[in-house]
Amino acid sequence: MNTEILGIIFMYGAVVLLAIPLGRYIGKIFTNEKTWLDKIFNPLDNLFYKLSGIDISKEMNWKQHLVALLTINAFWFILSMFVLTNMSWLPLNPDGNPSMTADLAFNTSVSFVTNTNLQHYSGETGLSYLGQLMLMLWQFISAGTGIAICAVVFFAMREPKVSSPSGRDREGLLGNFYFLFVRSCTRILLPLSFAAAIIYAFNGTPMTFEGKDTVTTLQGDTVQVSRGPVAAFVAIKQLGTNGGGFYGPNSTHPFENPNYFTNIIETISIFLIPIAMIFAMGFVLKRRKLAWTIFGVMTIGFLCLVIPSVYYEMQGNPAISQMGIAEPNGSMEGKEIRFGSAASAYWAINTTCTSNGSVNAMHDSMTPLTGMFTLLGMMINCFYGGVGVGFLNFYVFIILAVFISGLMVGRTPEFLGKKIEAREMKIAMLIALLHPFLILAGTALASFLYSGNPEAYSGWLANPGFHGFSEMLYEFSSSSANNGSGFEGLGDNTPFWNIACGLVMLLARYLPIIGPVAIAGILASKKYIPESAGTLKTDTATFGLMVFAVIAIVAALSFFPALTLGPIAEYFSLY
Amino acid sequence: MTKTKNTSLFQPQLLKEALIQSVIKLNPKIMFRNPVMFTVWIGTAVMLIVSLWTLAGANGQGSFVYNFVVFIVLLLTLLFANFAEALAEARGKAQADSLRKTREETPAKKISAIGKFHPNEVEIISSSQLKKGDLFFCEAGDIIPADGEILEGLATIDESAITGESAPVIREAGGDKSSVTGGTKVLSDRIQVVVTTQPGESFLDRMIALVEGASRQKTPNEIALTILLAGFTLVFIIVCVTLKPFADYASTPITIAAFISLFVCLIPTTIGGLLSAIGIAGMDRALRANVITKSGKAVETAGDIDVLLLDKTGTITIGNRKATNFYPAHGVEEKEFIKSVALSSMSDDTPEGKSIIELAGVKPGSLKIENARFIKFTAETRTSGIDFENTRIRKGASDAIRNLCEKAGNTFPKETIEIVSGISSNGGTPLVVSENEKVIGVIELQDIIKPGIQERFERLRKMGIKTVMVTGDNPLTAKYIADKAGVDDFIAEAKPEDKMNYIKQEQSEGRLVAMMGDGTNDAPALAQADVGVAMNSGTQAAKEAGNMVDLDNDPTKLIEVVEIGKQLLMTRGTLTTFSIANDVAKYFAIVPALFISSIPALQGLNIMKLHSPESAILSAVIFNAIIIPLLIPLALKGVAYKPIGASALLRRNLFIYGLGGVMVPFVGIKLIDMVVSLFF
Repeated sequence: MNTEILGIIFMYGAVVLLAIPLGRYIGKIFTNEKTWLDKIFNPLDNLFYKLSGIDISKEMNWKQHLVALLTINAFWFILSMFVLTNMSWLPLNPDGNPSMTADLAFNTSVSFVTNTNLQHYSGETGLSYLGQLMLMLWQFISAGTGIAICAVVFFAMREPKVSSPSGRDREGLLGNFYFLFVRSCTRILLPLSFAAAIIYAFNGTPMTFEGKDTVTTLQGDTVQVSRGPVAAFVAIKQLGTNGGGFYGPNSTHPFENPNYFTNIIETISIFLIPIAMIFAMGFVLKRRKLAWTIFGVMTIGFLCLVIPSVYYEMQGNPAISQMGIAEPNGSMEGKEIRFGSAASAYWAINTTCTSNGSVNAMHDSMTPLTGMFTLLGMMINCFYGGVGVGFLNFYVFIILAVFISGLMVGRTPEFLGKKIEAREMKIAMLIALLHPFLILAGTALASFLYSGNPEAYSGWLANPGFHGFSEMLYEFSSSSANNGSGFEGLGDNTPFWNIACGLVMLLARYLPIIGPVAIAGILASKKYIPESAGTLKTDTATFGLMVFAVIAIVAALSFFPALTLGPIAEYFSLY
Repeated sequence: MTKTKNTSLFQPQLLKEALIQSVIKLNPKIMFRNPVMFTVWIGTAVMLIVSLWTLAGANGQGSFVYNFVVFIVLLLTLLFANFAEALAEARGKAQADSLRKTREETPAKKISAIGKFHPNEVEIISSSQLKKGDLFFCEAGDIIPADGEILEGLATIDESAITGESAPVIREAGGDKSSVTGGTKVLSDRIQVVVTTQPGESFLDRMIALVEGASRQKTPNEIALTILLAGFTLVFIIVCVTLKPFADYASTPITIAAFISLFVCLIPTTIGGLLSAIGIAGMDRALRANVITKSGKAVETAGDIDVLLLDKTGTITIGNRKATNFYPAHGVEEKEFIKSVALSSMSDDTPEGKSIIELAGVKPGSLKIENARFIKFTAETRTSGIDFENTRIRKGASDAIRNLCEKAGNTFPKETIEIVSGISSNGGTPLVVSENEKVIGVIELQDIIKPGIQERFERLRKMGIKTVMVTGDNPLTAKYIADKAGVDDFIAEAKPEDKMNYIKQEQSEGRLVAMMGDGTNDAPALAQADVGVAMNSGTQAAKEAGNMVDLDNDPTKLIEVVEIGKQLLMTRGTLTTFSIANDVAKYFAIVPALFISSIPALQGLNIMKLHSPESAILSAVIFNAIIIPLLIPLALKGVAYKPIGASALLRRNLFIYGLGGVMVPFVGIKLIDMVVSLFF
């Protein structure tokens, strides 16, 4: 078999094999069972609790959880605004990089707070090392936030009488947020990042606080090479579905992703925690079959996107074939020779299905349908999805599917023994609406401005026509999915894009967290109805199919007209 | 189960009324109640303006004829949806009217305690003048003027006007069969009745109001579904509104007709248009099964029932137990025993009591005794009997008699215990008889289990419903009958509060409980149960406490009620799925049509190979409109419920309505396009 394809199959197989034990471990972290890392981390965690005066035995209801989450995020947001707008005179700036403008600092801070990591700057020239460290810290905080709040939803889904971490029977109490948050960072993200960073460093990724190096090339020119604490940065960037690169070109840069081996590790890192979270749910709820059902639906969705993408990239570009140029390696425009077309396409779908957004190839240069599948990955945003939040997005679709299929079996819809009624439907529907609304309304606004006065906004689009439309659609999809990758080719460091995308990112981050947590919290306080033969089982293939259909019709089809004007029109013009 | 008047789905008279109503319902104030159809209403209004505008010479909006046809199709969509609702209402009304006819003005023989001339004066007034608390009497041949309770007397009554059952029934004062319904006819004897409802407030009046929509409130589940549908409508508003700047960017002009058609096709008009019809039809189906519901919610809740409490007598076993054997105690003459037994049952007018007299073969009148005092059965003592001279005869359940004897210091004979358990383990009911607190023998009563009841319980089990038999029998007998009938659990030696406690226990574990009852004793439990069905023959208190009244007095009716509830939810669910699944094909019909003229490359997306953009759009809206009337019969009849387990049911419905919902419009739109393409 083709080695390129074998490489992909290996990467997928490895991630699933690693995710199952990791899921069990994550489950233990949430429920405070003993792990062998306790010895190292218990003192560290206790130090954090002591320093911040947190009583971890105090359990919270869903509202208190959300307050804690927003408090943590708001505090660090202000600090990062300060660092980014003042880093020129702050320490750790050996290259003398300037401070950010306010709108760019806003966009950047929002983008890292929200786990989006949309970068309207280039790391080498736009940030000091202090700025990079600030953003690196954010990659931990935002990912930890997502994992912790997902754990809260897991707790809410449990059957009653299962004791919570503190051992008490819960009454709408769903653990302590700070406890979950600290443990998500120190027990899950930190050890994994540490291991990954060492691999990257040994493969040639820089890990230093020294400034630029000067290299004399073979031609005798001198070249300034940017360095920095790259290995540590890349590790958490991949693992926390963050995606914000140290360098502008992200993981296409030889220092961020030196070879095919690091590419394997980085690709595995993208999916590892999102998939492990699903298995963690299975362990926490003691419903492994449900975890496998959800995993199955997500996997089928992912395969629907990744298989055609890899196929089209490996086929090459018909426009080039028509010129009589052979493309034995597939469409290589905008791709790195060391990864090849298949691994690049595979990464592209990985990074857009999760809310990662790091890139190892230029998405702008992908063939039209691959471009569409990357867009769809972000529009659906729950085929694995971002760490923690991917599951929350999926949860909303489960609620919608439960409602419709519950009716179809002639019973008031129930999910895990809790009745789904008007209030939950209202929240679920609003959250399901939000994503299409933000993407379509944002793109509509941009299209309106552009088509009203193409000259004034000519700096926006590198390619007018269908492709330019895809660029705008991609930017808003990426913001709303908290993905952060760019189609590029879009002149996006302008006040319009900085502010519009900043607002979209904020809304698309917090509302889809608040919604599912509210639903889960309300359901948790409802009366538990034991299962009977008339109860709809949610851990069956039939129900999985139902969820898949709901996602396809609600999430994917509402973008059909927009996609028609972008990648689909481009496809039909090209092929 | 009685087969009731099955009005065919489309009676000309009903159709006519529904047609008129569907036009009246175009009033935006009425349309506003249904958010999905209201947006269609706005779209239709816009299309009317656009067609007039094209007539006045507007450019770029297509021809007048095309726009006007779109307008007409949208208008039809609205009318079809209204028609569905109106037809459901008309059917409900027709059903209610036929019941109401039974309570047209009839003369009532009112009794005034203090009359104008003398006490207990009888005056003939119109039935509508009867107030709650009034007394009246009826003799053979009279129509009972109002709902009430018999105070004195016994009568055979023809209730066929209400139940459709031609066999007359007996109603008598006292006990649980004391209730009479207005409109039924007294065939023999004379009864004195007290009116129990205010005029215009009987259950029937309430039911009629519910069906007529005046007081019809959306049920919680209907509200949740409306939110879902409103959400879908909003998604498609966003999709269609944002399409305008997208098209401007791509320099693709899109006509207003195309925008509105796309929107109307995508929003769930099919289920939106049929939703209220489904709800009304659910209550209507209940009415057809001769069950009067006090709210739409009760029908829905019935579909969710987890536990069903059924009285043994009349539900699981035929009618009443009969005495089959006498076992005199050691040393008691059989003749003496029979005499005592007959005496103890003299005033016992329960069917069991009567069967004892029958078996004894003694005419109660022939036994001459003096100073007799009859002891009525109470739930507390659980014995009944007679006191005369120095003799106290009691009969009752073995533990009750045992208590009685042991209290008096007498032993309860071992052989009696053996006889009792022997009878019990054979499914019989032992009644122990004591004379002056000494056991003198045992009477055996036998139950006969209704044929076919096992299959019904099996069906309920497959629905996931636990059946519980409630009986006053001792645990051994109860277990025997429970096993034989196939119920899941039983409450033996049940006192009224046991029923209540059982319901509360199940409810505290999160289950929904339904029960059927008729006696005043049942009222608290009927009120506590999530679905309480009172028998029409039952006491007024029972009827007030429950949320449904069964006109047929058929104890197995609960099973039907549960199925009606399930059908109601399923019809909503499947039509929602169908409606949403339709969107796939509609997208593929309309989206290429929108852009094909300016981006010819998109012809590749026109997978149905529709003739032209205009014909594609028209075909989609026409399909969208005609699917509504095509589905009206399904909405009114309801999707058939099959007790095959939730997962299998979901698979089945997903296959029929989900996959069907995706495929049907592809075929339908293509066929319509072939016709439309002759013109456009």
